Amino acid sequence: MRKLLFRNFVHGPLTEPAPAADEAAAAELAARLEHAARQRLGRTLSIREVDAGSCNGCELEIHALNNVVYDLERFGLRFVASPRHADVLLVTGPVTQNMRMALERTYAATPGPKWVVAVGDCARNGGVFAESPAVVGGVSRVVPVDLHIPGCPPSPLALLRGLLALVETVK
Amino acid sequence: MTWSLSTVDTKHWQEASERLQGGTLTLLGLWGEPGRAHMALLERATAEFGLLTLACPDNRFPSVGKLHPPAIRLERAMRDLYGLEALGLPDTRPWLDHHEPYRFLPVEGESLHQIPVGPVHAGIIEPGHFRFTASGETVVRLEQRLGYVHKGTEALLAGAPLERAATLAGRVSGDSTVAFALAFAQAVESALGVEIPPRAAWLRALMAELERLANHFGDIGAVCNDASFTILHAQLGYLREQVLRSAERCFGHRLMMDRVIPGGVRSDMAAGGEETLRALLALVRRQFPDLVEVYDNTESLKDRTVSTGIVAPALVEQFAAGGYVGRASGRSFDARRTPGYAPYERLRFEVPTVQAGDVNARVWIRIREVEQSLALVEQVLAALPSGPVSVQAPDGAGEGIALVEGFRGDVLAWVRLAAGRVERCHLRDPSWFHWPLLEAAIEGNIVADFPLCNKSFNCSYSGHDL
Repeated sequence: MRKLLFRNFVHGPLTEPAPAADEAAAAELAARLEHAARQRLGRTLSIREVDAGSCNGCELEIHALNNVVYDLERFGLRFVASPRHADVLLVTGPVTQNMRMALERTYAATPGPKWVVAVGDCARNGGVFAESPAVVGGVSRVVPVDLHIPGCPPSPLALLRGLLALVETVK
Repeated sequence: MTWSLSTVDTKHWQEASERLQGGTLTLLGLWGEPGRAHMALLERATAEFGLLTLACPDNRFPSVGKLHPPAIRLERAMRDLYGLEALGLPDTRPWLDHHEPYRFLPVEGESLHQIPVGPVHAGIIEPGHFRFTASGETVVRLEQRLGYVHKGTEALLAGAPLERAATLAGRVSGDSTVAFALAFAQAVESALGVEIPPRAAWLRALMAELERLANHFGDIGAVCNDASFTILHAQLGYLREQVLRSAERCFGHRLMMDRVIPGGVRSDMAAGGEETLRALLALVRRQFPDLVEVYDNTESLKDRTVSTGIVAPALVEQFAAGGYVGRASGRSFDARRTPGYAPYERLRFEVPTVQAGDVNARVWIRIREVEQSLALVEQVLAALPSGPVSVQAPDGAGEGIALVEGFRGDVLAWVRLAAGRVERCHLRDPSWFHWPLLEAAIEGNIVADFPLCNKSFNCSYSGHDL
């Protein structure tokens, strides 16, 4: 334990100045995101994640936003445990018939002003599951959507870019 | 290893149910299609694999669950999906079909209270409902209700061309996309008698072991996080991220979705892939032992994981629980060994088991499996054959079945093909046999330990709900 703490102390944080996948773009993105979040939201945006039918691939990449490399919280964006604490619902999956009511209730429980971000190709239009009768379709069939982030699943960088777009358009 | 496929009558079907009850057979899967029921079995004494098919012209068949409880949820799902009635099924409530209000089991007793949780949970996880009945802090019963992410995957698979079917198979459970795509591809290859090039088999193993590493790092960290020990969560999350980045560099997708296809793999490993993976191995070998040492020497953490959420070895045997849930309670089954598939017969690895069956044991199995997977990746890199990475799968007809080892346990895939299309397909996630054991594991534990128990199982909702 002491060894680990000492190593971390000497080597500094693992958090990258910007995600390495596209360093120039990501550095710019991080700076803009920080600036925009501070300007528009007093540096705080609370996100409630709702899986409305996903295969769990999107959840894995949303989780990655919280790891030490991407460290989403440094931008003032954080995941909260209840829709009552949330500004943003981050919804994944084709909405299944069996999750429709839960999604509607989660939306109703979120205080305004609120935004909905649909994450992944399934959340856009049902994706590969679109034709199934067990599926309602994209998230916008059930609740109003402010932004779609495409991908199967979207990478953490794509998610970050999408959240930036949201923050910049929030008035 | 080949499977024996046979069509049986009701008498033979019932005999198999009785042998499941007696424990001489192991249930690997039970599923339906309109007018037919199928049961995949393992003969314990001889390690022979068999598939029984029973014609049900009036959509009825004798219940297996009546004698062998692990089949109950499977038969409830067969009824919801295909209208097949299991005669004598002890629990006839719908399972994946949510049209009616659900009747939870009655609970009687003094000073009991109930805690309903979900389907929308507090964390970034999949939806499901947990109904806890507690006496003070102690859970006396957990009843699960699943099916929220039911997407009708089997109905979409029926009639799909092979390529689309492979895409769907890779999205049954996103965290096991390689394992499901592999199981589906092997079943198709078995149905059509396709022999894949050696390099394809070795690349598949490479991807499967990377998937195992990524998930195990994530899981070990998540268990520690649920005991509020965040430093290991952070460190292991970093290692997971490095695995995903290496996967992207080598195969073009962080989760390696749609890389395994019937006939081989979609494309060869990218140039420089070998160096990327060797650098990853070096990084993990440098950092992981220190993290294991921290886990092992932190008493406040062990205080939460040791003796929490115990699953008895007898239950694990009865439910044929695969992966870390089985191995943490002494069941050593591993599909890479039995039935076994290329290239694992050429690779050296151990299947770790312990007996304790608690959260700590499930963490340790993952730690040991990380070590094994590192060694496997190294062996694959050292002996990777050259040559083509796929062959064209012909437009044929046939029936095939396969069992492969995902990070959670054995994934079963069965297909019947006609004219280059999937006529019927069934994909069984290991979680079908893990979920009921989670109900057993939490009994007598405090409510606050449920997240730990749940994470140590990390069952798939999507894989189960189909």
